[in-house]
Amino acid sequence: MNYKTKKQIAKISFVYIPLLIIVIIVLIPFLWALSTSFKTLPEFTSETIQYLPKKLNFDNYIFVWTKSGFAKYFVNSIVVSFSSVIIISLLCICNAYALSRYSFKGKNALIIMLLGTQMMPVILYIVPMFSVFKNLSLIDTPLALIIFNVLLQTPFNTLLMRSFVNAIPKEVDEAAMVDGAGKLTILIKIIMPLLKPGFVAVTAFGFIGCWNEFLVAFTFIQTQKKFTIPVGLKSMIGEYSVNYPALAAGSVIALIPPVILFAFIQKYLIAGLSSGSVKG
Amino acid sequence: MKQTETAKKKISYDKIFPFLLISPTVILILCFMGYPIIRVFYLSMQNYNLKNIFANGYVGFDNFVKLFIKDELFWSSAAITLKWVVSQVGFQLVLGMIVALILNQKFKGRGAARAVALVPWAVSGVLVTMLWTLMYDQSSGLINDLLMKTGIISEKVAWLSNANTFFPAVVVAELWRGVPFFAINILAALQSIPEDVYESSSIDGCGKIKTFIYITLPFLKESIIFATLLRGIWEFNSIDMIFTLTNGGPMNQTTTLPIYMMKTAIIKGNYGYGSAIGVVTFLFLLVFAVLYIKLSHYGGEKNEL
Repeated sequence: MNYKTKKQIAKISFVYIPLLIIVIIVLIPFLWALSTSFKTLPEFTSETIQYLPKKLNFDNYIFVWTKSGFAKYFVNSIVVSFSSVIIISLLCICNAYALSRYSFKGKNALIIMLLGTQMMPVILYIVPMFSVFKNLSLIDTPLALIIFNVLLQTPFNTLLMRSFVNAIPKEVDEAAMVDGAGKLTILIKIIMPLLKPGFVAVTAFGFIGCWNEFLVAFTFIQTQKKFTIPVGLKSMIGEYSVNYPALAAGSVIALIPPVILFAFIQKYLIAGLSSGSVKG
Repeated sequence: MKQTETAKKKISYDKIFPFLLISPTVILILCFMGYPIIRVFYLSMQNYNLKNIFANGYVGFDNFVKLFIKDELFWSSAAITLKWVVSQVGFQLVLGMIVALILNQKFKGRGAARAVALVPWAVSGVLVTMLWTLMYDQSSGLINDLLMKTGIISEKVAWLSNANTFFPAVVVAELWRGVPFFAINILAALQSIPEDVYESSSIDGCGKIKTFIYITLPFLKESIIFATLLRGIWEFNSIDMIFTLTNGGPMNQTTTLPIYMMKTAIIKGNYGYGSAIGVVTFLFLLVFAVLYIKLSHYGGEKNEL
């Protein structure tokens, strides 16, 4: 056995085989849900388990989309997530720019505050806010969800965005300043266009976070037609405890946006973390 | 005279500018996160129960006395939380490290492999519940089927209600989602290790395992401390998955402190007692947070104007 074949064998047994195992473990739950979502109820409950549906029937998808209200949940989730993400991105750019370019009094306190918000269980904020939101008539409104989404997503994404601002040399700002540009002009006209990758990363991760948010929506939204997708799914567990194929179809619908987004932007996350966004 | 005045104005605007940038976030956080924490302390000293409003009022430390002395569920929840956090963080660290080391190798299709292997990170707690309910289901789940066919078990197991299996079952489902988080963090750290360090070690004739222990691990130390503490806190706080998968059961055996707080306050409407649980949780996590910030040396800046 020469050196090259030895190396080849090592690569197969230490890289490709473990990789295959990892990919299988990751994919099986997804594929199993996908397969189940195309099964008819008799097919699903039959004595011997069938790994694949006999044919691709979309009845379960049509059922959850029209009868279980997923069409509404989907629109609600989109509205809440998009509005939240717009605000989150704006706040993140402002915070990240201030943190990256300025030293000011209370800067460390701000960073500790941002990190601190990530330390507390969300339920700790929700319980005391319930009566406050009730007085402000925010219960059962998308605004309640948007407020909490912004609060929960801004701190982490600020730190992520900061690493993207840090990557822009400060000479860029200085040159613009020499040309007589104002501070706000520099931020909007010069820095923001350079922040496109950071903007993509933050919107994508903010969106995934908002799309997946469950606890706040579960607490503050009470009428069914205002449910977001996670709350709708949770309510389906009780409602159709036997109809697993429909549940699977609903899950697949809910999975599509975050999974596709993640596949495209995972390298930004690794790059952002790598350049020390959160590590400081 | 006029010139110095505008100069003065300019200086004060310069000083205010960063504050203007951060003020919306700070105001939001103080109103919707700072205030609730103060209010939780206030509520924890109240009898505040939506189901029994006539008995509401100030009760001093009664809630805490009851919590620490009479409430067995509080202590069992605390123990379960600890068991949950330790098992999650331990397994996630080891498995996440293995996944990261594999994904850091050079091979064809690495980008696609990373996207697939790390994707559970983007899956919400509720969806983890859905996917794994289908996997664990006693009569039609894939796990029972595969284990029966390979002869590992002889009869179908009710994974989520059997006393011996529900805890490991919930742990496995959360690991499926949590390992990618660790892998992402470690992968990011691995990429910041300069190549030439490895080159010199291979010239010195270090073996793979030696290189890992003496070169890779020390470089990863800070990231590991960071990821472990952050993940510990997140797993401590996680509600979605456990709540939807087992609802804290069977027999409250998966009720962690945040789940206990949620059930007491939101589901049962007992805000006073729920807040007392929240205060204890808060203080507990505060100790952790201080430890974490000390360890991570946060805030060192080099790129200021």
